Amino acid sequence: MARKSTTQQVVISTIGAWLFGFLIFFPILWMVLASFKTELEAFAIPPSFLFFHWTTENYATVQERSDYFLHAMNSVIIAGGSTLIALLIAIPAAWSMAFSPTKRTKDILLWMLSTKMMPPVGVLVPIYLIYKTFGLLDSRIGLVFILCLGNLPIVVWMLFTYFKEIPRDILEAARMDGATIGRELIYVLTPMAIPGLASTMLLNLILAWNEAFWTLNLSTSNAAPLTTFIASYSSPEGLFWAKLSAASTLAIAPILVLGWFSQKQLVRGLTFGAVK
Amino acid sequence: MATRQTQFLARALLTPAVGLLFIWMIVPLALTIYFSTLHYSLLDPGSEAFVGLENFRYFLTDPAFLASLQNTLVLVGSVLALTILLGIPLALLMDQPVIGRNIVRLMVIAPFFVMPTVSALVWKNLLMHPVSGLFAWLARVFGLTPIDWFTDAPLLAVILIVAWQWLPFATLILLTALQSLDEEQKEAAEMDGASAVSTFIYITLPHLARPITVVILIETIFLLTVFAEIFVTTGGGPGLQTTNIAFLIYSQALIQFDVGSASAGGLVAVVIANVVAFFLVRIVGRNLEA
Repeated sequence: MARKSTTQQVVISTIGAWLFGFLIFFPILWMVLASFKTELEAFAIPPSFLFFHWTTENYATVQERSDYFLHAMNSVIIAGGSTLIALLIAIPAAWSMAFSPTKRTKDILLWMLSTKMMPPVGVLVPIYLIYKTFGLLDSRIGLVFILCLGNLPIVVWMLFTYFKEIPRDILEAARMDGATIGRELIYVLTPMAIPGLASTMLLNLILAWNEAFWTLNLSTSNAAPLTTFIASYSSPEGLFWAKLSAASTLAIAPILVLGWFSQKQLVRGLTFGAVK
Repeated sequence: MATRQTQFLARALLTPAVGLLFIWMIVPLALTIYFSTLHYSLLDPGSEAFVGLENFRYFLTDPAFLASLQNTLVLVGSVLALTILLGIPLALLMDQPVIGRNIVRLMVIAPFFVMPTVSALVWKNLLMHPVSGLFAWLARVFGLTPIDWFTDAPLLAVILIVAWQWLPFATLILLTALQSLDEEQKEAAEMDGASAVSTFIYITLPHLARPITVVILIETIFLLTVFAEIFVTTGGGPGLQTTNIAFLIYSQALIQFDVGSASAGGLVAVVIANVVAFFLVRIVGRNLEA
């Protein structure tokens, strides 16, 4: 960072980066603007960018007509539940592999990674039939279960890379002082692992919230999370742009905020530690 | 030193995760293989019969398969090309001294967090609608004829939507890699009189080779199974123009209820994904030892 840049360079790269960034962000901004327009203005040509009659009625209508909160609640339960269960299963496994590695640890990790490579559509038929047989179609528990298994490899991997960075000397010191494994886990490891746990949880929440293969195929109404709910706007009679925009804005807002907080971890989680 | 007891404990802690993933992988896969050898239609229950490889012959010789294989390859290839060719300059730009870089970063990363059904519908309606969409208006402002995206260029429309979703991913990874590039190396090159172009070709680009490989492999795995974007915009049409392998299998399974043929297709998809996965696992594995 020692290199000096001329003012001219800074100006050019600033303008370029802002222009690029704005273009990429524009569809989201446009959607948010449309959500505050009337249906008529949302369709209007030429479009109005800022000087239209701002209204929040779309947000009210979305809730009234389509029970938005039920679907939002489903998203919270499905994304939150699958993340929590995945963490409960993954923490011991990642802990064990990071601190008591064996000859097979690397093979196990790579094998877990390879289960993530399985295209979901390859097992759509059996999963659908199993769910149908056991009455799990359109049930929250069914979706929690499948999203949990789908994301488990990523959770184990992320936790493993974080746990690996905890200095082992500290653990050995604790052991010398006579700490049992249980105490070691609670008093030494957990406090040091919390940042990694938080990032893993955040990334997994985002992935589960936005998952749109299993949710579209295995839920229709009662258990439908926001991904499926928004998809219902694709039918021709449901094309109300302002309402679609309002529903969409509500659906992505929480995750956009979480996402912005976790962008660093995103790289690490999605590349399985290959790029840090 | 690990005692026998801690080793036992370590194994016990590992077992639930390994066991669950094993079941998750083996049971559905075994069922898919089993179904793929049956004549099995949900519309005609009770008529299941062993047909050997008949389903594979049917699936692989179906003209829809070749069309959807081609669409899959075009979709994956185009999105990869777009995200990398745009991602490199964008990452380079953001690596420069930029005022308000963090805000630019937030804007660039945002599309990645938008759920696929939202991005697809917002693009399809608010931007790409042939009459009231923003693109149509822009085209008319510049005196051009608006494109009816989902009639005249449906696959291109899907490609643009998916590329918009994945550009942030490629950019963010390339930017992360750029920021780890040793600044002194570049300075030394510049002192020796290297031009900006040759610094880029001989120092920056080789440094980016590995992250680019990672981007290609990971994106490919996800792009091979693009589904929601097609589901909510075109439903695979018009005709088969936007049907990829994932959507073809879905429609055989849950629209035509042909379990046998869809299972055969599913296995074909698994084989294709595994070829990519093989390389990715090797790269990640090499990294694990370093």
